Amino acid sequence: MARKLLLEHAQLEGISTYEVYRKNGGYRAVEKALKTMSPDAVVEEVKKSGLRGRGGAGFPTGMKWSFLAKPEGVPRYLVCNADESEPGTFKDRYLMEKIPHLLIEGMITASYALGANTSYIYIRGEYSWILFILEKAISEAYAAGWLGKNILGSGYDLDLYVNIGAGAYICGEETALLESLEGKRGNPRIKPPFPAIKGLWQSPTVVNNVETIAAVVPIINEGGDEYAKIGTGKSTGTKLISASGNINKPGVYEIEMSISVEEFLYSDEWCGGIKNGKKLKACVPGGSSVPILPHFLVCKTANGENRMMTYESLSDGGFATGSMLGSGGFIVYDEDQCIVRNTWNFSRFYAHESCGQCSPCREGTSWMEKVLHRMENGQGKMSDIDLLTDVAKNMEGNTICPLGDAAAWPVNAAIRHFREEFEWHVKEPKLCLERNYGLVHEPVANTIAV
Amino acid sequence: MHAAPTQNGTPFQYSEAARAEVLGLMKNYPEGRGKSAILRALHIAQEENHGWLSVAAMDEVAATLGITPIEVYEVASFYSMFNLQPVGKYVLEFCHTGPCAIEGAERIIEYTKLKLGIGKNQITPDGMFTIKQVECLGACGYAPMMQVGEFYHEHLTENKIDQFIEDCRAGKIDKGTWKMH
Repeated sequence: MARKLLLEHAQLEGISTYEVYRKNGGYRAVEKALKTMSPDAVVEEVKKSGLRGRGGAGFPTGMKWSFLAKPEGVPRYLVCNADESEPGTFKDRYLMEKIPHLLIEGMITASYALGANTSYIYIRGEYSWILFILEKAISEAYAAGWLGKNILGSGYDLDLYVNIGAGAYICGEETALLESLEGKRGNPRIKPPFPAIKGLWQSPTVVNNVETIAAVVPIINEGGDEYAKIGTGKSTGTKLISASGNINKPGVYEIEMSISVEEFLYSDEWCGGIKNGKKLKACVPGGSSVPILPHFLVCKTANGENRMMTYESLSDGGFATGSMLGSGGFIVYDEDQCIVRNTWNFSRFYAHESCGQCSPCREGTSWMEKVLHRMENGQGKMSDIDLLTDVAKNMEGNTICPLGDAAAWPVNAAIRHFREEFEWHVKEPKLCLERNYGLVHEPVANTIAV
Repeated sequence: MHAAPTQNGTPFQYSEAARAEVLGLMKNYPEGRGKSAILRALHIAQEENHGWLSVAAMDEVAATLGITPIEVYEVASFYSMFNLQPVGKYVLEFCHTGPCAIEGAERIIEYTKLKLGIGKNQITPDGMFTIKQVECLGACGYAPMMQVGEFYHEHLTENKIDQFIEDCRAGKIDKGTWKMH
């Protein structure tokens, strides 16, 4: 069995309650940090661990923490990004639902390290039942003396609150999240200044993903060096992967970042292979924003090496032949799936979720959606394929936040790897239409042989 | 039974409990930053106003938070969970994004629309149901799915939809509320 640092007790009866969590070693990290370590020493452990942000960007957490400005007399904030809404990702939901105290313990430890006396968890609006799970756990933590004034007699004070969103993918972008937390529309801010200098209410702020903050607990318990021994290269520790699509065993898995994609996809311990005995057609390994990989680049890199479930290996070959680990939203497509339809679907998502602030993204996402929609419905032209590439090129890097890039990448990658399938849609308009009109009764037919 | 939705001009006031809750939430933020409670305040107002936000409801939120109405309108119109038009008693919010779509979400949505005889964002004549199509709700591994009130209904099939609609009509479905916690 693989080693689990976060989800070890996830299936334990009653683990969402304080008593059971505490009995199973809970809050040891807070005890250790507050009683035996200075805040800087906690930051050092996190640096040593090599932990990288689990929300998608993979930026080293310890380094992000060390950027936090510490001017005298100005409050600092830790904000947990629980606005999980990248299509294909549902790991944070699982973690918060099953073991809410793990996140709270991580929040206390990280807040202590950063010198924050007030911290917030920003959770997406649709997870409203988890809001109440977290609030119950927080009140238990207050009652047991882990939150509030003078925690464990250390002189350190911390108040922790949960703030709920209301349905906006963009609020997963950290500055949009801060705007939303301030009670405004979720429009991302121009950077610099970065949140570490001017964040929540213009105060220095660190925003970290749920899984990142939870990972601080085992790092403090076992030490950063021990944590760094798990995994490969610069991909240390364990990672939660949300597996979905045409596989036998969809769900949330904690993996050590040293297993291969092939093992993850086909072993019964994880995804259990492709459903219904079908063949693999493609895979999006890190949430909808990352480039799609055709079947022959999923388990092997372009050089013929085994592709591993790590930040480096998944991005091996750049965007030409690689992808990204992203948020760990692992979506698998079997031979019956239509890449054009899927690309259109994702484009519609980004068109819906663009905040509308920057013209390239506001206009570009809906152009791409419209062009892909007409291709998928048999009304496309050959020149549409290059038009899509052109629109994508004009969005990439030309927007305030990465949503423009996130919308452009999947379209670029789909055309790069499945161009003939796009051409098929133009050449066979009647078949496209028949297939779509038959949608209610019949499965989508295969278009290009795997 | 479901009461008729209030119209735009119908006065709206928070219940005493809801007002106290919103005023309490404002204390979660530093002095003068109570506006941060706006999203939750809107969720609560929406629930007390039959599932949607009328202008009167948004004005009540503004008055309670001590901010101008426009600050509330601009926020309410940004977030997709806020309904600015009346909705049925049960709002069936189907995810139709990638991972749900490849597991048959489109077929389930089509089936439900035909069964209820309504398109998206419409209300059945008896005021019971509205269908919304929403983007990824974080249930990709348990697709297809819909959210109704507080609860997720996952691994949907046509039979499950039939049963669910029957149960709603029989008054057996609890949507969950902000007040039950």
